[in-house]
Amino acid sequence: MEKVIAGKNIAVNAEGYLTDFSQWDKNVALEIAKENNIELTDRHWEVINYLQTEHKNQVPLSIRKIGKSNVVDIKEFYALFPQGPLKTSTKIAGIPKPASCL
Amino acid sequence: MKQILILGAGTAGTMMANHLRHELKKPDWEIKIIDERVEHHYQPGYLFLPFDIYEPDDIIKTIEEFIPKGVQLIKGKIDKIVPGENKVQMADGGSHSYDVLIVATGAKTAPEETEGMFGDEWYKSIFDFYTFEGSLALRNKLRDWEGGKMLVHIVEMPIKCPVAPLEFAFLADSFFQHKKMRDKVEITFVTPLSGAFTKPKATEALDHLLKDKGIHIESDFAVERIDQENKKLIDYGGRELDFDLLVTVPTNKGDEMIGRSGMGDDLNYIPTNKGSLQSLAHKNIFVIGDASNIPASKAGSVAHFEAEILTENIKRFINNEPLKEEFDGHANCFIETGHGKALLIDFNYSHEPVEGTFPFPGVGPLRLLKESRMNHMGKLAFRWIYWNMLLKGTHIPFVSATMQEAGKEF
Repeated sequence: MEKVIAGKNIAVNAEGYLTDFSQWDKNVALEIAKENNIELTDRHWEVINYLQTEHKNQVPLSIRKIGKSNVVDIKEFYALFPQGPLKTSTKIAGIPKPASCL
Repeated sequence: MKQILILGAGTAGTMMANHLRHELKKPDWEIKIIDERVEHHYQPGYLFLPFDIYEPDDIIKTIEEFIPKGVQLIKGKIDKIVPGENKVQMADGGSHSYDVLIVATGAKTAPEETEGMFGDEWYKSIFDFYTFEGSLALRNKLRDWEGGKMLVHIVEMPIKCPVAPLEFAFLADSFFQHKKMRDKVEITFVTPLSGAFTKPKATEALDHLLKDKGIHIESDFAVERIDQENKKLIDYGGRELDFDLLVTVPTNKGDEMIGRSGMGDDLNYIPTNKGSLQSLAHKNIFVIGDASNIPASKAGSVAHFEAEILTENIKRFINNEPLKEEFDGHANCFIETGHGKALLIDFNYSHEPVEGTFPFPGVGPLRLLKESRMNHMGKLAFRWIYWNMLLKGTHIPFVSATMQEAGKEF
């Protein structure tokens, strides 16, 4: 399905995650963040960049890994993206929701 | 004579010993299996022990009785694997060399990973049921517990048997009703996931069941620490949950020996090819069951399906043929829902659990993703199948190693 985000038609899945990363840009991120009541600061962007790099390198993402990343600790990760930080931050970063591995 | 070495004589290792003894000719191949323990536990039984449904005798046998003739069982503690030298170093100073190594050392709970889990309240008001000791201590507690706030809690994924915590909550509901004290117990299911399970359709069905049974759910809960003194479970977002009885599933990790060998990821799981089960770092090392990092459930049924495919791949490896990348993540799990009923789910890497019939398309007799008494009978029968067929590597009739799509409502 498609959704208009920041004035563009963007392909998303049923939960609102981008299905084509090439459609992602900073404005898209800003608008998804706004929907989640988050105003993106420099710290947010550092985390988003980290998530995108890890995803590009096919590293499975988990809260534990992010806590050990030296980019952000878990406490701050929650403060930046309250309530389910991994779900929210990946949506803003335009990458798939991490499969919480079985 | 060439050597196949299997590390770990639990579910997966024992199955491989039986398969390989059957498939490989004796003068050419010597098969050894190493484990430091004496007992083989039927781990799914840990779920039933706290509710006095099973007795310890029902779930404990010896390792030895399931190791076939012609396979040498070595009792001892493994220090580490030295892949560069194709040998396994033992804690007592000895060593065993191998041509092919199969790692089946499983996963264990690591309560020390959560701040405040160990302490005075451990096995007083805080219990796990993923170990025999924890499960038994919990049984003794439940026998005369007078009620209050009970939390059934998962620290983080992945865990062994990801449906077991839910089953525990369902069985607790049933147990307290039988004891005519359900009104005295508030049951809350606390999970780091966004719902009851990891897959959408099953989550929908299971969320519904939780609601029907009056079990509350606290989702997206990532525990930071346990406050033993005030009996609170506290998450990174600052959410606090009070408890009188905390039943927790601690972080699960691969064996420490994997860490000592420098072969694991941050949870001591070995990076493994998810289709062939070959270690990514070493061609003559294969990984089966909970010890690998593949994105399949950590469950006995998965190890069983893997064993059929791994046996074929070991034969191919020995004959210098290309490996089959055939494992599809197939899992098949009964979910006890209490009151003599159960659900059944059947799924793989690409297909989530859906409704349907199993194992015969359109016939059953088991129903997928629906509560039924027949499914519960299946779960109870499974203990017999485990001891008498599964460990011995006997093929279970009509159930294939890769998932069947017929009879399912995708």
